[in-house]
Amino acid sequence: MSEANKQTDQKFALQMINVNKWYGDFHVLKDINLDVTQGERIVICGPSGSGKSTVIRCINHLEEHQQGQIIVDGIEITGDVKQLEKLRTDVGMCFQHFNLFPHLSILDNLTLAPRWVKKIPKAEAEATAMKYLERVKIPDQANKFPGQLSGGQQQRVAIARSLCMDPKVMLFDEPTSALDPEMISEVLDVMIELADEGGMTMLCVTHEMGFAKQVADRVIFMDAGQIIEENTPNEFFNNPQSERTQLFLSQIIAH
Amino acid sequence: MAENNTHLKPSKPPIWNDPKYRSLFFQALLMFGLGLFIYTIVQNTLTNMEARGISTGFAFMSEKSGFDILQSLIPFNSDSTYGRTFIVGILNTLLVSALGIFFATILGFLIGVARLSNNWLLSKIATVYIETFRNIPLLIQIFFWYIVVLRAMPSARNSHSLFDSFFLNVRGLYLPAPVTESGFIYTVITFIIALIAVFILKNWAKKRQEATGQPFPVLLTSLGLLILAPLLVFLVTGSPLTWDVPVLKGFNFKGGISVIPELFALLLALTIYTAAFIAEIVRSGIKAVSHGQTEAALSLGLTPSQTLRFVVIPQAMRVIIPPMTSQYLNLLKNSSLATAIGYPDLVSVFMGTTLNQTGQAVEIIMMTMTVYLTFSLLISAFMNWYNAKMALTER
Repeated sequence: MSEANKQTDQKFALQMINVNKWYGDFHVLKDINLDVTQGERIVICGPSGSGKSTVIRCINHLEEHQQGQIIVDGIEITGDVKQLEKLRTDVGMCFQHFNLFPHLSILDNLTLAPRWVKKIPKAEAEATAMKYLERVKIPDQANKFPGQLSGGQQQRVAIARSLCMDPKVMLFDEPTSALDPEMISEVLDVMIELADEGGMTMLCVTHEMGFAKQVADRVIFMDAGQIIEENTPNEFFNNPQSERTQLFLSQIIAH
Repeated sequence: MAENNTHLKPSKPPIWNDPKYRSLFFQALLMFGLGLFIYTIVQNTLTNMEARGISTGFAFMSEKSGFDILQSLIPFNSDSTYGRTFIVGILNTLLVSALGIFFATILGFLIGVARLSNNWLLSKIATVYIETFRNIPLLIQIFFWYIVVLRAMPSARNSHSLFDSFFLNVRGLYLPAPVTESGFIYTVITFIIALIAVFILKNWAKKRQEATGQPFPVLLTSLGLLILAPLLVFLVTGSPLTWDVPVLKGFNFKGGISVIPELFALLLALTIYTAAFIAEIVRSGIKAVSHGQTEAALSLGLTPSQTLRFVVIPQAMRVIIPPMTSQYLNLLKNSSLATAIGYPDLVSVFMGTTLNQTGQAVEIIMMTMTVYLTFSLLISAFMNWYNAKMALTER
C-alpha cells in the first residue's frame, strides 16, 4: 500500500476498488468502486439479481471477491482467519431472515458473541444487551425465545444483537423484505433512530424509498452487477440520470 | 325470540350418527374381536400341546444343558443349566450390541462429517463408503467378513502379528491383556480423583468465563489431568501393571484376550453397516441447520469452531437423536443374525440349541422376544430422556 493510499484510508470507513466477482461463469459484480466515509449512510437499491446483496456480503467476507480490493477501516480484506474475526466484530450485519439462534433465549442471542469473541463477563454482557434491547424497545422480551416473537420484533433483536458487538459499520441486507407490512415501520424506526444518532457508518440494501429519502446521504443504484448511478437522495429521486434508473423508479412508484 | 335463544342448546345428531358414539362403538367392536382372536390362539395351542403330550412350564430351566458354548462371559460348561444358557445368550447379545453401538456411533459421526467436508477426496470416500455398505444386505456382509475375510486368515503358526503382541489368525484375534499388581489401585484412585477434579474444573471454568469473560482451555487441561496424573502415580508406584501377551503354544495362542472370529466378524459387519446409516443421519442433521445460522454466527465474529459448538451442533443434535435411536434399536435387533455364523448370542444359543434340545418352543420364543422388547424399550427410554434434555425450549 502506498503512502498516499494510507492517508486516504483514514477518512474512509470502507473502500471498494475495482471489485469483481463471478459465480462460476456468471459475472455478478463488475468493477465495483465505492468509497464510504466515516458515519456516512448509504442506501443501495436496484432490481433483484443486480448484485446489491452480494456487495454487502463481500464487505464482511461472507462471499469472496475474486478481483480488486476491499478495504475496511484501513485494512484490506484477505480472508486471513485472524483478521476475519477482527473484521467481523467491526462490521455488524442484519439479514433479511433475521437468522436469530432459535435454541437460545433473546438475551443469550445477544450475549453469545460479546462473551465468547470479546470475552466480556456475563453480567456485563447482559447489561449491555439489556441496554440495546431497550433501544430497540423490547426489553420485556429478553427471556423469550425467537420463535415467540413477531417478525418485526425478531428483526429488532437481530439489530440489537449486531449492536452489542459495538461495530463501526452496519450492513443491512433487505431488513424489511420478509416482514408483514404493518411491522416494517417498527424496524425502520429503529434504523432511523440509529442513523440519527450519527457516527455509525451504515450500508442498507432496501426498497424502502421513504427510508432512503429520510436518512440516506447517498443512494446507489445497481443493475446487472454494476453501479449505474449514485447521488444524493434528492437528486436521485427527482432527477435520475440514466434510463435504467428512471424505469426502476417509475416501476417502484407505480405501486 | 332472542330471550328464548339464550336457553337453546346446540342440537345434536341422532346417536348412531354422533361421531363420539360411533368411534366408541367401533373401538368396542375391535377390542372384542381382538380378545376373541387371542383367546382362540391360546386355547388352540394349549389343546394341541396337551394332545401331543408336551409339558408346558419353566421346569426345563433348571435342567442340565449338556452342551458347551463357544464364548461366555460367565463361567459355563456342559454341566450348567438351561437357565444359564439364557443368561449367557443375553450377555453375549449385549456384548456385541454395546460394542457395536459404541463403534458405529464414532465411525458414523466421523464419516458423516467427512462427507460434508470441503476436501473433495475425503467427501467422495465417505460417499462411496455410505453407498456401498448401506446397500448390501447385512446378512451378506456378515458372511463376507466371516467367510471371505476371517476364514481366509492364516493358521495360528503363520498369524499376522503387530509388535509381536497382537495376532490375527483363522482362530480369531488375540490381544494382550492387562494384569494389575498390588499397587495399581493407587493409579485407579488417582484417575477417579482426576475425574472429580475435571468436573470441578469445568464448573469453575464456566463461572470464571461468566465472571471475567476469559475462557479456560478445559478440554486440554482435563485431558492432561486425566492422563498425566494417573501416569505419574503409575510410574511412582513402580509400574504395577504387566501385559499378558498371547504366546503361541502348540496349535494355538495362550494368554491375553482372545476374540473369537464369530464375534469379530459380527461386530465388524454390525458396526460398518450401522455406521453408514448413522453417517447419513449426522449429515442430514448438520445440513438441517440452515446456512443462515452459520452466516449469522460468523458475521458476529465467532470462529468456525465456536459456530459449530454454540450454534450448529446444539440445533443438529435435535434432528439427529430420534433417528439415531432407531439405528441403535436396529443394531440390537440385527445382532440376532449372529445365528447365521454361530456367534453364541441369545437367538443362537437359547432359541437355537436350547430350544432344539428341550422342545419348549412357546416358552423359549416368548422369553427371547421379551428380552429384545425389554432392551429395545430401555434404549428408547434412555434416548427419549436424552432427547428431552437436548431439545431445549424453542418457544
